[in-house]
Amino acid sequence: MSEEKKDRKVVIELQDVKRDFKVGDETVHALRGVSFKIYEGEFVTIMGTSGSGKSTLLNQLGCLDTPTSGEYILDGVPVRRMKRSERAVLRNRKIGFVFQNYNLLPKTTAVENVELPLMYNTKYSAKQRRAAAIKALEAVGLGNRLDHKSNQMSGGQMQRVAIARALVNEPAVLLADEATGNLDTRTSFEMLVLFQRLHREGHTIIFVTHNPDIAQYSSRNIMLRDGKIREDVENTNIRDAAAALAELPAPQDD
Amino acid sequence: MSFANLIRVAVKAILNNKIRTLLSMLGIIIGVAAVIIMMAIGQGSKMSIRKELSKMGTNLLSIRPGADTRGGVRLDPSAMQTLKVADYESIKEEATLAKYVSPEVTSSGQVIYGAKNTMTTIYGEATEYMDIKLWVVEQGDCFTEEDIKKSAKVCVVGKTIVEELFGDKDYNCVGKIIRFKSIPFRVVGILKSKGYNNWGMDQDNVMIAPYTTVMKRIAAQTYFSGINVSAVTEEKSDACIEELTAILRKSHKLKEENENDFTIHSQQEMMETMSTTMDTITIILVVAAAFSLLVAGIGIMNIMLVSVTERTKEIGLRMSVGARGRDISRQFLIEAVIISLSGGFLGVMLGYLGSYGASKIGLPSSVPLWSVILSFTVCALIGLLFGYIPARKAARMDPIEAIRYE
Ligand SMILES: Nc1ncnc2c1ncn2[C@@H]1O[C@H](COP(=O)(O)OP(=O)(O)O)[C@@H](O)[C@H]1O
Ligand SMILES: [Mg+2]
Repeated sequence: MSEEKKDRKVVIELQDVKRDFKVGDETVHALRGVSFKIYEGEFVTIMGTSGSGKSTLLNQLGCLDTPTSGEYILDGVPVRRMKRSERAVLRNRKIGFVFQNYNLLPKTTAVENVELPLMYNTKYSAKQRRAAAIKALEAVGLGNRLDHKSNQMSGGQMQRVAIARALVNEPAVLLADEATGNLDTRTSFEMLVLFQRLHREGHTIIFVTHNPDIAQYSSRNIMLRDGKIREDVENTNIRDAAAALAELPAPQDD
Repeated sequence: MSFANLIRVAVKAILNNKIRTLLSMLGIIIGVAAVIIMMAIGQGSKMSIRKELSKMGTNLLSIRPGADTRGGVRLDPSAMQTLKVADYESIKEEATLAKYVSPEVTSSGQVIYGAKNTMTTIYGEATEYMDIKLWVVEQGDCFTEEDIKKSAKVCVVGKTIVEELFGDKDYNCVGKIIRFKSIPFRVVGILKSKGYNNWGMDQDNVMIAPYTTVMKRIAAQTYFSGINVSAVTEEKSDACIEELTAILRKSHKLKEENENDFTIHSQQEMMETMSTTMDTITIILVVAAAFSLLVAGIGIMNIMLVSVTERTKEIGLRMSVGARGRDISRQFLIEAVIISLSGGFLGVMLGYLGSYGASKIGLPSSVPLWSVILSFTVCALIGLLFGYIPARKAARMDPIEAIRYE
């Protein structure tokens, strides 16, 4: 562990986290004892083949699920013994989720979609909510698409709205599950450019993917296999996604 | 989530699916409209019956032969022949609280003029009957005491008879001879029209003649079918009943232990009986309509359950960005309440329209305010009650499974 890292804040700490699923008489061990710390400002990719436990792990990190055993401490708060409603509040204040299939509300404008998490935080007035949503949309480069409805946008734009929605509550950590999984190569790189920029601006990002190429653009790579960590390495040679995007063949006009 | 936000979200969801919402409201709309119209007609009829009865004079008392039959005892026919001319005369002489008195003998039959005829009822009365029932003689005059003494074959007729027999209700038939059950009567007066009463009876289809004439020449009986009395004032009605009872008991030579062989009803009492009857009918109708509201509530629940399933992904998303179970359940509860309240609102509108329509076709109808308030309360309750199960279903979803739902 590098010297520089030690005095940085720990955002996420997993202590021997296990998660079993009962399927009939069988028990599926989706996570078989996972431990790691993630520090503020890291951009971590979690990789592994299908069924290796990536989504299960991310659900733990996102407080959507609780470990069968072990402890999970998010931003100093132990999560395992929390009630359902307490975890909901925790998600609302500390987590930003980006899903593979965007999950925007249909027939709803970009701003309204981004406002959604703040609707569940009574500290925000309608005005503050809108202002925060506009700011988040500007941060992902959609300042000119505020009132577009979800069905009037391309996949890349929808994913940007989803990222803005994940950022709007100023979360401790941004969690993305296969966030580029539904996008073409070019748009995927655009998304990586955006994530790298957010990383530079100080955001902590955990990016789950089954695509090993993406690992080159993050600061740390965790490799899962069979519910266990096989590899956890710092990436000292981070590739610049913007440069990679520029090298891609020019987009075809149709 | 704050209440304002909950409402905002619910309204948006409702507007996103207008046709479905309207369909699920339909039951409520019809149910509420039915309740409102039923209550309006019930209330309206009651009010107009009251008005009509009090127009006849709230100090009206009616003496009928026979003991009080409300106990349900069947009487032999002679018990119905207890009111005689002597009774009438005693009342006229002795009753100080009776302003007007008129004995009554009636008979129904055909009245003929030339080739035309019609069915009617002839009322044998004293001249004071005009004052008791507030009849106005429009043309000619009422028969006189002299006519009564001589059992003269004279009569006053209602407008319907004039129209039926002479082809024109404004025809002046004073002086004409008409025949009732082949007895010739000279028309001496024509009554001002009273129109139909609440039971749909044509009050103008009457002939009024001296009671002596009807008793001797038509009914051939020595007893009355009743005696109508006007008490001096409404307040004195009860005292007047006591006085009349005493007079009749004396005149019938009843002993202490004998029951009355006559019954005296006041208009007041009749009004109350009418009201209770109307209330019962109204309650039955309203209960029937209320059941349709129950069915409507089940309809809302059904649609809400479908809606919850359809929006599983949305529910998962909301939960993953921080909605608690109770935020989700409130969202769906409020949606159900808004649907049922809007349905209630449209139903009240429709009810008003229906009530207006009913009064246009002659049914007395007036929407009581409390029925509107009741409808809204019931609708809110229906929304809460039938929204509860779908809301709970939504709130109990697992966010991970919900967000993966396709
Ligand atoms: N809710 C569940 N019930 C039963 N088994 C599950 C459940 N969720 C995940 N699993 C199992 O746990 C293992 C890891 O799954 P997952 O975390 O989805 O993998 P990945 O996202 O890496 O493809 C798989 O064997 C999967 O079948
Ligand atoms: Mg997965």
